[in-house]
Amino acid sequence: MKLVIINYGAGNIKSIQFAFKRLGVDAVLSNNPEEIIAADKIIFPGVGEASSAMAMLKSSGLDTLIPNLKQPVLGICLGMQLLCESTEEGNTIGLGIFKTHVKRFDNTVKVPQMGWNVISNLKSNLFNGIKENEYMYLVHSYYAEHCSQTIASTNYGINYTSALQHNNFYGVQFHPEKSSTAGAKILENFLNL
Amino acid sequence: MLTKRIVPCLDIKNGRTVKGVNFVDLRDAGDPVELAKQYASVGADELVFLDIAATLEGRGTTLDMVMRVAEQVNIPFTVGGGISSIEHVDALLQCGADKVSINSSAVKRPDLVNELSNKFGAQCIVVAIDAKQINGQWKVHLAGGTIPTDLDLFEWAKEVEQRGAGEILFTSMDHDGTKAGFANEALAKLSETLNIPIIASGGAGNVQHFIDTFVEGKSDAALAASVFHFGEILIPELKKTLKENEITIRL
Repeated sequence: MKLVIINYGAGNIKSIQFAFKRLGVDAVLSNNPEEIIAADKIIFPGVGEASSAMAMLKSSGLDTLIPNLKQPVLGICLGMQLLCESTEEGNTIGLGIFKTHVKRFDNTVKVPQMGWNVISNLKSNLFNGIKENEYMYLVHSYYAEHCSQTIASTNYGINYTSALQHNNFYGVQFHPEKSSTAGAKILENFLNL
Repeated sequence: MLTKRIVPCLDIKNGRTVKGVNFVDLRDAGDPVELAKQYASVGADELVFLDIAATLEGRGTTLDMVMRVAEQVNIPFTVGGGISSIEHVDALLQCGADKVSINSSAVKRPDLVNELSNKFGAQCIVVAIDAKQINGQWKVHLAGGTIPTDLDLFEWAKEVEQRGAGEILFTSMDHDGTKAGFANEALAKLSETLNIPIIASGGAGNVQHFIDTFVEGKSDAALAASVFHFGEILIPELKKTLKENEITIRL
């Protein structure tokens, strides 16, 4: 198993690497196109601001490489959001894998949403062994709207998409690497795809 | 629904936990990693590590501890104590900390909040505020609560929110160590005037205090140290009681 975490300068990726290490898998951090293409599984992380993250992807050519990947890809948090059509954060055009848009929570709720919330209407083998309404750790100010590719939903003022899947592309808004044993199970499921 | 959070706080000195800890199951109660793993396994929602010595010489030791916690603990954690530069925050986040907490350094140079928030995102910048009442006014204090300032708690909290703080950790020095309950009136006022999460700190003594701070204090999270470390309150039982009182909590 060759697992690569795409390292394009966006945020805390050590936690993801450590979470896989706890599962017995050494993930390689890389922004090298050849190394990414040769991987069995790929993690597309992201913490921070969308437009600057997208600029970093473009400067390294990863914006054209990622949509053409054929192996399973898991976008986490901002990584998931950048796989969508667009995000209101910095008026950023995304990579367009997931046919949905990312908007900011309105101020009827505290922003960012920070903490543990449930995921429901689970519809993917990514969630094998995960019970409905399992708790996941989330930290975000922007959310993806529902679409036909939605595979999990969460409620925070509104119902929104907390996971997506299209072909070999998966995306989760929550942080499985920080979501206790249930989060670890989701990462394990991804490794077993 | 988003749950309320239970947050044990560990005081750290030279990479070791200092405040008395009385955990029967631990091989080494002074090892923050052992303690953190234990808390994660019994249902703590996140952890705060407060470096109470926070000397420049000790920084490497703290970074090493942060890395070991990140390696072994599967819930989020915040690191605070003596943080005053972008470079220091960068190093802590690179080692796997999820959030950092700044306190005195933000009062001394408020632009630090903007700079950190712009560089790393509001979601990982916690501003900790220590305050106590002087003539009926909540006044911000510095350096672990030893130095009073003229800053009003509510005005300062609003200012750091506007500057980009993602969360406020409010410790009432009037309540800290009393085990008589949290400063719920001030907490509720903070929660109603700000649109970012508020962590209550100072005063936890029994389970009812947690119910009160979530209901009356409208707190998003509650932090405590000794009641957890000495097993006076067990987190699984605390969370069960909160659930029975219809407080949204992760079980």
